[in-house]
Amino acid sequence: MEYMLMIYSDPEGWAKLTPAQAAEGLAAYGAYHEALQKAGVLKNSNRLRPGNTATTVRLKSGKTQVLDGPFIETREQLGGYFLIDVPDLDSALSWAARCPGAAHGVMEVRPVWPMGEP
Amino acid sequence: MESPGSAEAAARAAEAAARRSYGKLIAVLAARTRDVAGAEDALSDALAIALTEWPERGVPDAPEAWLLTVARRKFIDALRRRRHDEDAAAHLQWLADLTADDDDAPALPDRRLGLLFACAHPGIPRDVHAPLMMQVVLGFDAAAIASAFLVAPATMAQRLVRAKTKIRQAAIGFEVPSGDALRDRLDAVLDAIYAAYAEGWSDPEGVDARRRNLADEAIWLGRLVASLLPDEGEALGLLALMLHAQARRDARRDAAGDFVPLSEQDPARWDDALIDEAEALLRQANASSSPSGRFQIEAAVQSAHAVRRHTDGVYWRAIEGLYDALCALTASPVAALNRAVAIAQSRGTAEALVALDALADDARLQQYQPYWAARAELLTRHGDADGAWHAYQQAIGLEREPSVRRHLQQRAARLRPGAAA
Repeated sequence: MEYMLMIYSDPEGWAKLTPAQAAEGLAAYGAYHEALQKAGVLKNSNRLRPGNTATTVRLKSGKTQVLDGPFIETREQLGGYFLIDVPDLDSALSWAARCPGAAHGVMEVRPVWPMGEP
Repeated sequence: MESPGSAEAAARAAEAAARRSYGKLIAVLAARTRDVAGAEDALSDALAIALTEWPERGVPDAPEAWLLTVARRKFIDALRRRRHDEDAAAHLQWLADLTADDDDAPALPDRRLGLLFACAHPGIPRDVHAPLMMQVVLGFDAAAIASAFLVAPATMAQRLVRAKTKIRQAAIGFEVPSGDALRDRLDAVLDAIYAAYAEGWSDPEGVDARRRNLADEAIWLGRLVASLLPDEGEALGLLALMLHAQARRDARRDAAGDFVPLSEQDPARWDDALIDEAEALLRQANASSSPSGRFQIEAAVQSAHAVRRHTDGVYWRAIEGLYDALCALTASPVAALNRAVAIAQSRGTAEALVALDALADDARLQQYQPYWAARAELLTRHGDADGAWHAYQQAIGLEREPSVRRHLQQRAARLRPGAAA
């Protein structure tokens, strides 16, 4: 079963770290990534640039509307994700708890809903 | 009655009574009907009434008996309301049972041990034993239990409901077994208490003061079982084991909040009173007729570490021997891992690596952080910096606790000066 582990965190917090702390934080993500890979559960993962780089597009009364900034302005933003394939929610949660994001932000775990499945 | 106090004082009294007596009251309420969920609802109604009545009329002299009387009344009311969807004859029997329970007065019988045995009954899935005890005996709500065991709250609630239904429908008794059955079933009870302790122990940051400390609660259960079964060596052994671990709780962090491994801890920061109590329990366990089991052996290992209070050295040969016994008894891969770590001290790194390599294919250790941390440490000592670095990466990636993760990262960083790890 595939689950998306989404990291919601405050980019300000990351910006306040010293270079050494930031390097340590990044290395922790690297190790986590490697552990997921070694366990054979990682499908895909990426980090995202902060919300101020976001642009939204929508169609309103037949006209496109393009706006600067994220869809929702919140302190904690989607900063990255890990797509994993594990037997059940319990194991997805145990992987989410190991992600450094659980300590500096919040992990949201959602099951993937494949096309064609009711 | 005491004079009416503030709402806050009454709330504290109600909370204290609930905390002290929760399992005792549930055990009495549910003993005959085996309707644990119904008993919980009735007790929670009684607690709600206490919160409104006690501030006005004062805290009753016997809060426990007061709660039992009100809860029993609520339970009977609920059963009456439910009559239409229950078998009428069974319902009447329940009512008769509940009324008959009144004869138990004045002393409230302590049936908590029976309740613990019901929670750890072989008919209930093993991984639900500890959560069920936390809810039914200690009064934790499903959300707190879910957080402790890292399970979705809805899933945990469902598992608990299913287990309680099973107790009622399969008529799982609240009797304390005797003879050989006692020893078999006691293992499951002790395992569940230890599982609760381990979850509490692995949450050392304790940032949320409102959250009841699971490790303390598990020790409370351990004391309860040890006091009710003082001739069972394993019950004493489990309590000794938990007290030894608890004695070192604060020493696991330095002033800056960084993780300190056991070998680097200052024994002066260990809690002497807890260690003395654990040692006394172990002596009592050794004197009991029951054979030494897993918990007595593990407690003896902790006891061997505790000698560092008085001497510099640790008797690693003795610890290795204890792990030999534990491996023979349980075939646990974790025991085998700890044995390998002991061998590193008693016989040297090379032999320890041989022991560790024998475990390399065990799937149960592949996602077990301490395995990789031990491997990294041994490879470092062996001079294999590259192998050690990769093992540290696994350990770091599998660790949940930020302070332990930082500790592992710092150790790894020593292997590659200049590079971030």
